Amino acid sequence: MITIADQLLVLVLLINFISLGTSRLMFSIRAVAAQGVILGILPGLIHPFSWHLVGITAGIIAIKGFIIPLLLNRAVRSAEIKREVEPFLGYVPTLLLGALFTALSFGFASKLPLLPEHQHYMFVPASIATLMAGFLILTTRRKAISQVIGYLVLENGIFIFGLLLADAMPIMVEAGALLDLLVGTFVMGIVINHISREFSSLDTSRLTSLKEE
Amino acid sequence: MYSALQDVCDPAIVAIIAALFIGSAGIPGLFLRPGPGQMIATVTTILASLAGLPAALALLFAPATSTFVLAWELPFGPCELAIDPLSAFFLLPIFLVTATGSLFALGYWPAATHRSTERGLTFFYGLLASSMALLVMARNGVFFLMVWEVMALSAYFLLVTEHGREDVRRAGTVYLIATHTGSAALFVFFSLLAGQTGSFLLPASGSLSALPPVALAIGLTAFAGFGAKAGIMPLHIWLPSAHANAPSHVSAMMSGVMLKMGLYGIFRTLTFFHDPPLVWGAFLTVTGITSALLGIAFAVAQRDLKRLLACSSIENIGIITTGLGVAMLGVSSHNPPLAYLGMAGALLHILNHSFFKPLLFLGSGVIIHATGTREMNLMGGLGKEMPRTALLFLVGSVAICGIPPLNGFVSEFLLYLGFFSQLQATSMPYIVLLAPLLALVGGLAMIAFTKLYSSVFLGAARKPGATHPHEAALTMLLPMGIFALLCLTIGLAPQLAQRLVSPALAAFMPAMARSIDPAEYMSILGRLSLFAILLLLVAFLLTLFLRWRLRQSEVTAAPTWGCGYQRATARMEYTATAFSELAVSVFNGIIRQRIERPALTGIFPSAARCNDLPTETVLDRIIVPLFNLAGPSFAFLRRLQHGQMHVYMLYIFVTLFILMLWAH
Repeated sequence: MITIADQLLVLVLLINFISLGTSRLMFSIRAVAAQGVILGILPGLIHPFSWHLVGITAGIIAIKGFIIPLLLNRAVRSAEIKREVEPFLGYVPTLLLGALFTALSFGFASKLPLLPEHQHYMFVPASIATLMAGFLILTTRRKAISQVIGYLVLENGIFIFGLLLADAMPIMVEAGALLDLLVGTFVMGIVINHISREFSSLDTSRLTSLKEE
Repeated sequence: MYSALQDVCDPAIVAIIAALFIGSAGIPGLFLRPGPGQMIATVTTILASLAGLPAALALLFAPATSTFVLAWELPFGPCELAIDPLSAFFLLPIFLVTATGSLFALGYWPAATHRSTERGLTFFYGLLASSMALLVMARNGVFFLMVWEVMALSAYFLLVTEHGREDVRRAGTVYLIATHTGSAALFVFFSLLAGQTGSFLLPASGSLSALPPVALAIGLTAFAGFGAKAGIMPLHIWLPSAHANAPSHVSAMMSGVMLKMGLYGIFRTLTFFHDPPLVWGAFLTVTGITSALLGIAFAVAQRDLKRLLACSSIENIGIITTGLGVAMLGVSSHNPPLAYLGMAGALLHILNHSFFKPLLFLGSGVIIHATGTREMNLMGGLGKEMPRTALLFLVGSVAICGIPPLNGFVSEFLLYLGFFSQLQATSMPYIVLLAPLLALVGGLAMIAFTKLYSSVFLGAARKPGATHPHEAALTMLLPMGIFALLCLTIGLAPQLAQRLVSPALAAFMPAMARSIDPAEYMSILGRLSLFAILLLLVAFLLTLFLRWRLRQSEVTAAPTWGCGYQRATARMEYTATAFSELAVSVFNGIIRQRIERPALTGIFPSAARCNDLPTETVLDRIIVPLFNLAGPSFAFLRRLQHGQMHVYMLYIFVTLFILMLWAH
């Protein structure tokens, strides 16, 4: 089972690169949705069966795989933008940086004082690499929707780390984390709406005009 | 008496519960209509204080200190609460001033007329009192800092109650900057302390050596942090405007109690060390007497009623610090009488100041309530309309000037005794020189309070017809009456006060206290008591005689200070500023009263205005220019805050990255 989990994690890492390297927002959203579905399957693979686990899996797949992508889709359609043009950093440099950070996170994870049963899995490096990818998207993209995607990837990274603890994690914490994400997306949706109405563009760099002089 | 109380319930628990009750007294008011909420808060506060005061007294005389451990999950070691006699001594003013101020607020800041501000005021008032009570109990550095911050912030919110006014907001900002600079020093202080002892628990009495350089750093950070709160010069910059702009019962609380928390910190820090070097005492003495002298000089120059009182707080804190410094000199030079007298004077003055200063601040509240201004040059003649307030205010003024038979004299008398005890000594004869300085302070205090009392209560109203002054309600007079009674009690029975301070004194310096025989001073104070009663009797008889003479002869009514003019007007009266102008001119180098005089020309000069404005020397001439200078040189920091969202993300990212690299 663990080997399947590791392969799925490799898939997660590849999806990171998709969202780092594409300029098409729809494609990016779908990639992150697929990442969410994979993350939903993962707990079932590494922990013994329980109804608690079923609940978590169903909740994660529903929220990360369907509800949030739907919301984002609608935002993209209503804002009438298809592509992220002119990012702060080009796609190729971003991809290279992503590769570099992924490599670094493997190196870093091997030096962490982990429990022996977690030592040989890919969970920790994959988690850190995904987190870094999220950060990269957040820092290099201009459009507010790309930023939401960045947050989602970032959260996925944190979630992978949490998988190691899923046994110990009470359902309330899971629910809380998912709810957090959902509310976060809603808030971002509202923010996107307001930015596009106020500045007639979704360019977050225009927010500097809000700065207090 | 103590054992009987112990059987019923542990006074320490009573004190803690009382503190918690006071802290939560304002909570119901947040959800209720304003009127009942304020009533609930006042009743709760008074009841809790009535339970807390005897508990604090019992703890003061308790033979042993009981320690409680607060169960918390924070990684800063156990959180201990303990009430030793020193803590119990500081609890007394906290409970007393809180209860009386809360009662005063019913008349002074009624919910009916201050609907929007009353809730916050009542809530933060309780929070301030409660945090101070917990502060003196805290024995864990981190917990201490937590309640310290709660205290500082609730005081800020109390201070900006009338945040609609520009000067209030400015006072609040200055206070906030000053208090957080002090807090920063305290963070360093507790970190250094934890580095010395290995835990955040406050070290036991006399457990640290004062010799290593780090002890000096600990002492200096403590002085900076606690001194800023206490308002020792030159760390007093926030004090005058903060006290002047807060509602009066809050000023009473700040001046009467909150400043003492800074002093408590200094006292507590000094207990950590054994054999402090002579320099420490000398440093405290010099800063103390400087603040006393300059504080009262500033007070003389003020024309704002509450600013004058605030400056006189600086003076009193200075006197207390002088006493403490002299006591430390006595400890360092192994001179028990000096240590005992200095300490007893300082502790007693803390208690005294928390009696007469709230009395005066509450009195100023009554005056402001009646006249609608804080400007002394516009007042006058209030004594006729408000005789009771005038009498109570007079008691406070006499007490603060250190005139017998009231309590201010007793503590200053102990200090004088201490100074003169060195007259024949060979080791530190120059301490005697403090006596004339303290006398000068007393003299200036006389000028300041004569100015205050005469320009507010005597003479004719300088701006007639603006408002109709009226005698205050009972809820406002009763708290003042309680303080006046306490002032008189300590003045007439100083032995009582000595008994009150001796446990705290013994806790502060156990070795010194054992080697001294309090009976000797008891007998001196006994004679003082006799003298005070005699003085009161003479004054009483003299009043009777004068009354009798008045009734005997024909009485003609004329304007006060009419000087024989037929039609004297209020404009011909001396103003408060005119009264103090000569005294202020002596200190012109320091105070720099800005007087804008018109140039008079010709035989009949045209109408002109004369304006005077006392400046805050340290704030206006040093700190503000320094800040203006520092502003441009730190402009590069402002570039970090540019509004680019993703660069903010980058900051987080870089920080995370550095931390990860660091972990390797």
